[in-house]
Order: sequence, then structure tokens, then C-alpha cells
Amino acid sequence: MKVGVLALQGDVREHISALVACGVYPTPVRRRQELDAVQALVIPGGESTTIAHLAQLFDLMEPVRNRIARGMPVFGSCAGMILLAENILGAKAGQKGFGGLDISVRRNAFGRQVDSFESEIPFADGSRELVRAVFIRAPWVEKIGQGIEVLAEIDSHPVAVRSRSILATSFHPELTGDHRIHSYFIEEVARTALQEVQ
Amino acid sequence: MSQEKGTGRVKRGMAEMLKGGVIMDVVNVEQAKIAEDAGAVAVMALERVPADIRAQGGVARMSDPDMIQMIQAAVSIPVMAKARIGHFVEAQVLQSLDVDFIDESEVLTPADYKNHIDKWNFTIPFVCGATNLGEALRRINEGAAMIRSKGEAGTGDVSNAMQHMRQINGEIRRLSSLREDELYVEAKELQAPYELVKEVAEKGKLPVVLFTAGGIATPADAALMMSMGADGVFIGSGIFKSGNPAQRAAACVRATTFWDDPKIIADASRGLGEAMVGINVADLPAPHRLAERGW
Repeated sequence: MKVGVLALQGDVREHISALVACGVYPTPVRRRQELDAVQALVIPGGESTTIAHLAQLFDLMEPVRNRIARGMPVFGSCAGMILLAENILGAKAGQKGFGGLDISVRRNAFGRQVDSFESEIPFADGSRELVRAVFIRAPWVEKIGQGIEVLAEIDSHPVAVRSRSILATSFHPELTGDHRIHSYFIEEVARTALQEVQ
Repeated sequence: MSQEKGTGRVKRGMAEMLKGGVIMDVVNVEQAKIAEDAGAVAVMALERVPADIRAQGGVARMSDPDMIQMIQAAVSIPVMAKARIGHFVEAQVLQSLDVDFIDESEVLTPADYKNHIDKWNFTIPFVCGATNLGEALRRINEGAAMIRSKGEAGTGDVSNAMQHMRQINGEIRRLSSLREDELYVEAKELQAPYELVKEVAEKGKLPVVLFTAGGIATPADAALMMSMGADGVFIGSGIFKSGNPAQRAAACVRATTFWDDPKIIADASRGLGEAMVGINVADLPAPHRLAERGW
């Protein structure tokens, strides 16, 4: 499976290492032809306004949006979740993302950096073990649409959700060295979605 | 479900999220908005940019809390602020204002010529300047979650930033080539803790993000620093002391992302108007060189 990591800004390197540990060989994506060459995409943590700005500037916004709409499997962490949400709350006026996931997300919902935290939380991938979740100026999901499954919550706010081909987390599984969520994306989300297409 | 705040991972992770980005010095709400619109990953809120601190002289201190809070209210990206070296009360004040990152900065007048702030005592992360690997590791040992080169702020001359990047990365490459039993002496030479020296030798990189700062004034300067292995750049006076700040800010952001594509850097460099005039570092009398503050 050819997996790309959107490499406009953010913790691209950490996602690449996590994907390598899952046995796939990811490529950074900054240009249209690099996007065309991948079957699945990871949108890293970073500043959602910066990533959206650069995507717009380098003509990636519409192509990524179209690929997602046509079923390309995508995983977004933190800023990635914001960019995948159909509706962004607490955003800079006019901020738009790629969309695709029928959720409303609130930016910086947990607060500023003083309120950033890590915690052990359950993640509904069939395992009973907790995952270590690192939340950095993190968003949460305020409303979910039809067909959205909630995989993890904090204080009844969804912090990990999926649709058929899209996975999004408020937290940063790429920062912990535990590759369970990347492996869930590759094995459960992306492989299944790509098989259905074929 | 306990929530642990201010852990090393949470602080260093915050710095990781800024990678590949440009952090811009701003002195008011209007500039902060221009920076955000141009794609800055964060802004540094301060009263005077380094070029003005140089021109006006006097003691440079932490900014007015009102000014910092107005900027926090105006933008959605992280807001950083500077405290004087060793001035832990300024840092406590900045933390109480919920700034996202503190720069313990040689651009301000040091408050303590012996000790830096004990940064482990804080919930929010710190960035500190370094001119070489030993200095970087001493700051990391005190709890810094991000290191930046010191450059020579407010000059528009990148030669010092360049020298610090070569120095730090050169020393890291050298460490990686040493035998394990040579690392003890190396730690002594670097005046840095053995555990950190060993970690750098094993991983071939600092345990925290390395940005570059000081004298960056053009898109090509930003790209040069990225190609020297910087994880991102700080631009201080270079943007708002130039002819067309909005355009220059956006151009520097583009060049930072596509640092390895000269065509894009060329496009970004077109028609930017006047760059900041600048001062050659060699013309600065030694007591006015900021890179020599901190130890």
C-alpha cells in the first residue's frame, strides 16, 4: 500500500517513523503529482491554519478534498482532525479544511498549552489495553453526523472517530512510540476501504 | 482517568507541532493578524523587535501583559513571549497569562549572569538559544523543550545563525562517530551531562526540536537554514522592518516548506520590495553582540 504523509508543516517525521514501524513505506506529499501517487494519506499534527494556507497556495486543497470524497483512506491527528472536519468551531474567520468527515470540531477545545496533557484512555479497536494519548492544544468533537463511529472519549467528548475510510484523533499517537493506532488505520481502515473499491 | 499536564512529552510535543513552520515577531494585534494570515505557525509577542532594541538601547524586558493578551485574543495560533535570561518571575508571569511558549531570550537584557531559569518547574515549554552543542545540552538539562540558534537578532545578517547551525550539527555528527568509552571525556569537554551526550550520540540528533533564529530577512535565508537541518525558523525584525510585511511573511512561509525547490523560492522572492536594511555583525562592537549573552 502506498501511503503518503502530507508534508506541508507539522510532525511529519514522527508519522513517517510510526508508519515505517507498521511495515509500510510512506512518502512525503507536498505536490500534486506526489498526491496522485499514493493510495492513502496521513495528515499530521501541526498548525491547521498554516497547513490549510499552504494547501491552498500550492493547489492541494481541491485535489485532496476530491480524493477524500472519492474514498481515499485518510488518517488525521490533531490539526489533521480539524482539517478533515466538515465544520470547524473556534476557527479563524473563513478557515476551511479538506472536509470529508461529518463532524463539528472545536479548535483548542481543552485550552491553551498550559492545559495540554497526556492520559491513558480506552480505544475501541477490540483491545482492552489503554492507549497513551497526548493532547496538545487539542480539539474535540462537538457533534457527529450519521455513520460516524466514536472510538475514544474524554469526559464524554469524542476524541477519536471514524467513518468508513477516515480516521481522526484529537491526540497524537505518533508521539508515543506505540504504533497501535497507525496499525489500526493501515489494517482496519485503509485496507478495508481499498479492498471495497477494487 | 488522570490527566498529566506539563510532562516532558507534552512540552516537547508542542515544539514538534511547530516543525516546518515560521515563528514571527509581532508588536501589535495588526501585525499578529498579518502573520497568521501569512501562514505563521506561531507569533512571538514583544514590545520592540530586536532591531529597535538595538537602536534604542536601554534595558529590554518582558512585554506588557495587556499587549500579550490582546494578541492572544486576536489570533488562533500559538502565542509565545520572551522572558529575560534567569528572570524566573517574568516567566511565572508569562505562564499565568497562558502564553503557549516562553523564549528565555538573550535579546532581552539578562537578569542573571550566572543561572538560567529552572525550566522543569514550569507547565509550559521553553525555547532557549544556543551557539554550540554544549550550550544546547545545558539548556535541555535545565528543561528547555526547544533549542534555537542565537544568530545576531535585529541585524538582517544570517552569518551567525549559519555558524551556530554548522557548529551544533557538526558537533552532533562528531559525537555519533565516537566510541562509547570516549563519550565520558566528551561530556566533560562539552560541559554537558553524560546521559544527554550519550543520547545525542545514539540518535544523531538533539532530543528536542532545533529551530534557527537571528538575522533571517529573506525567503532564501529561511530556505538556507532549513537546508542546514533546522526544523523551522524564527523571523524577528526581518518581516515587519521590511517594505511589504504581508507579502514577505507569506513568501518566507512558502520558502520554508519548499526549502529544497529553488524555483518556488525564486517565485517567493519576486517583487517583495525593500528588505530590512540590516547591520553587518562584524560592525557591531563586541559588547553589543547578543549571541555572547548566555553561557
